[in-house]
Amino acid sequence: MLTIGLAHYLTVGAILFVLGVLGIFLNRKNVIVILMSVELILLAVNLNFVAFSARLDDLTGQVFAMFILTVAAAEAAIGLAIVVIYFRNRGSIEVDDVSALKG
Amino acid sequence: MIAGLAFYLFAFILIASAVMVVTSRNPVYSVLYLILAFFNAAALFLIAGAEFLAMILVIVYVGAVAVLFLFVVMMLDIGFAQMREGFQRYLPVGAVIGGILFLELLLVLGAWRFAADVGDLRLSPTPAGVSNTEALGRVIYTDYIYLFQASGLILLVAMIGAIVLTLRDKPQAKRQNIAEQIARSSEVVMAQPAIGAGINRAEILRPLPPPVAEKPKPVAHDGGHH
Repeated sequence: MLTIGLAHYLTVGAILFVLGVLGIFLNRKNVIVILMSVELILLAVNLNFVAFSARLDDLTGQVFAMFILTVAAAEAAIGLAIVVIYFRNRGSIEVDDVSALKG
Repeated sequence: MIAGLAFYLFAFILIASAVMVVTSRNPVYSVLYLILAFFNAAALFLIAGAEFLAMILVIVYVGAVAVLFLFVVMMLDIGFAQMREGFQRYLPVGAVIGGILFLELLLVLGAWRFAADVGDLRLSPTPAGVSNTEALGRVIYTDYIYLFQASGLILLVAMIGAIVLTLRDKPQAKRQNIAEQIARSSEVVMAQPAIGAGINRAEILRPLPPPVAEKPKPVAHDGGHH
């Protein structure tokens, strides 16, 4: 029980992933919390990569996790920029308003 | 033993803070719980032996991304109360889909079996006697150099994109138009004044001399009491 193996990490990663997906469903109106949920999902994926990397003694998983971190940082920056200009145009960040075409 | 207890502690705090990120009423609290979650995930990385990734997670995520989230949440003046209108309505759907997803993940990962020759299939086995950072550096700068450069390009494009998206062009902003300046030839004249005469052109507007301040009138003291 107290020796930590691959299964523990995979369970934590699965729970984290499900929580991220649940966050997307629960906060349908708030784009910022949706972005945070996406970050949680990417963190769960990174956890899985690192767990497999540690289990197999293979560095490729950690390299891949690092690239995921890079892409996640870029995605967060672009997403937040879009949120800022969207708020500037419409005065709200509700997801339901995004479908309005007239800018 | 201690690593196991630490794993359970960090995993518990990680999951609890993830729950708080999702369900928190105020997005500012969500961001703060997200920072806590990142710290605990970094601790889990440390237990797994990925020290460099743990430090990167703390530096990049807590230091940059989470602070960026905090900036945006605090900068936008949003009524957070009506943001949570659909919370109760979407909870059953989200719970059902999340439960199904979790079951599927457990089915996939529970039946996981490694191949018999998994040791031979490794792309870059961890070298012995080298720290994690050094081993990662050896791999990144040799085998994955193109991917590394490409990720740098992705960051550059993201930076330029964020700037272009949020740059606000003010119509009354004064800018230097270099082409117009260079093309303006008729108004600039070479002058050869006599020595000592100087140029005293009428159209040159010089600043007016500063107005002489009026001296305050001396107060008459003759009617006062002494």
